[in-house]
Amino acid sequence: MKRLLPFSAVAALIAVWFLAARTQTSGLFPNPLQVLFGLVELLQRGLLAKYVVASLYRVSWGYLLAVVTAIPLGLFLGWYRRGEQALNPLLQLLRPISPLAWIPISILWFGVGDMAAIFLIFLASFLPLAVASMNAVRSVPPTLLRAGRNFGLSNLRILTNVILPASLPQLIVALRISLGVAWLVVVAAEMIAVNSGLGFLIVDARNAGNRYDLVVAGMVMIGLIGLVLDVSIRQLEKMQALRWGYGS
Amino acid sequence: MEFSTDGGPIEVLTSIDLEVADGEFVCILGPSGCGKSTLLNIVGGFLAATSGKVLIDGQAVTGPDPRRIFVFQERGVFPWLTVEGNVAFGLFRLDAAERAERIAHYVKLVGLSGFENAYPQELSGGMKQRLEVARALAVNPDVLFLDEPFGALDSITRLVMRSELLRIRRAEKKTILFVTHDIDESVQLADRVVVMSTRPATIRRIVDIEMPHPRDLSSPRYIELRDLLLGEIGLAHKI
Repeated sequence: MKRLLPFSAVAALIAVWFLAARTQTSGLFPNPLQVLFGLVELLQRGLLAKYVVASLYRVSWGYLLAVVTAIPLGLFLGWYRRGEQALNPLLQLLRPISPLAWIPISILWFGVGDMAAIFLIFLASFLPLAVASMNAVRSVPPTLLRAGRNFGLSNLRILTNVILPASLPQLIVALRISLGVAWLVVVAAEMIAVNSGLGFLIVDARNAGNRYDLVVAGMVMIGLIGLVLDVSIRQLEKMQALRWGYGS
Repeated sequence: MEFSTDGGPIEVLTSIDLEVADGEFVCILGPSGCGKSTLLNIVGGFLAATSGKVLIDGQAVTGPDPRRIFVFQERGVFPWLTVEGNVAFGLFRLDAAERAERIAHYVKLVGLSGFENAYPQELSGGMKQRLEVARALAVNPDVLFLDEPFGALDSITRLVMRSELLRIRRAEKKTILFVTHDIDESVQLADRVVVMSTRPATIRRIVDIEMPHPRDLSSPRYIELRDLLLGEIGLAHKI
């Protein structure tokens, strides 16, 4: 019964959507069936797979680049007080700037194309990841660090055997949140900086003849893929060696 | 020992002169906040004294050392490692066979057999404490520093853990420095009790507990020693 609840909510939404689509007068707002046909049309034209792959490609690169740079930087800043004192104000200054505000700069630097979008996704994931890793290190209980030192571990071993595992639960939460942000930003970036992808599909379908059925089809795909990404990364939180970090 | 604070330096410990023999069990007893943990941290090498020095086997202590292991309250175990993983933590210099042998030995010694693959959150407070003791003993240290190790346990578990500690000590003769604010605990465990004064703390008195183990907690001698310590701490005998 509990498992059915989310599905009944979706069913209710679709029903309300049907009714709402019937009452509107412009004739532009599509009903769920039209959106489904829109999806089938995109599939037949080969656009759906192409655009999904394009979006995922950009997210993967931007996000992975951010993960491999932000986490080491954050760990370093959390470990060395001086580094944190020097760089934290800069991070806090950059953080409130929406990644979307970087769109013009990113096009200026990288031109219209994949690189511009990847750069935006990188920026959007980098800052929250760096700040979260820094905080994760700082919240490692001092007793555990002391135990590490007491057993004669080198600094490198303390990092790999104490700090990293102790911050992992927080890091995984940060990874999950920043993946969500990356997925939000790719759509926005594609609306402006590139000529493919799900974000491009949405602006293009509107501009080329008010195809709102395709607009909503794009939105549905974005939602579904976002859900799949979130569910997959959540699997990490279920690892046995991590469960201690999430309460019981 | 002085700590600098916003309100100027605070003298925590002053003129501490204490000698501990090899294999001795010494309790450092004092009121909360008197600086007994600070003393233990200095002896253990985690804090540098503002003046004076600590010599162990004639060598000055300059930092923490695997030959002298601290045991904290139960929060000291690594929550991401299993019981085995925790015991193995300090054994990274040994080869696999020797490591496995030590793990098996110490898991058994502290009575955690059958829980080798359990994670700390699946263990009770007392079991976590046993685990921490096993992890400390596994690296075969000369000295154990115990900083109110049973403070977070309920009173029944605490009694069990005390006799467990004495049992383990008979098996593995270690020098033990044990910080506590519990008078009964010190009389039950120690060969000698070092009574500290309030801040700036100094040694008020050192009391020999010459009773053999197991100690009878209702014997006249036990009560006499306990009352002596109560008096030293400056507490009246009645509540």
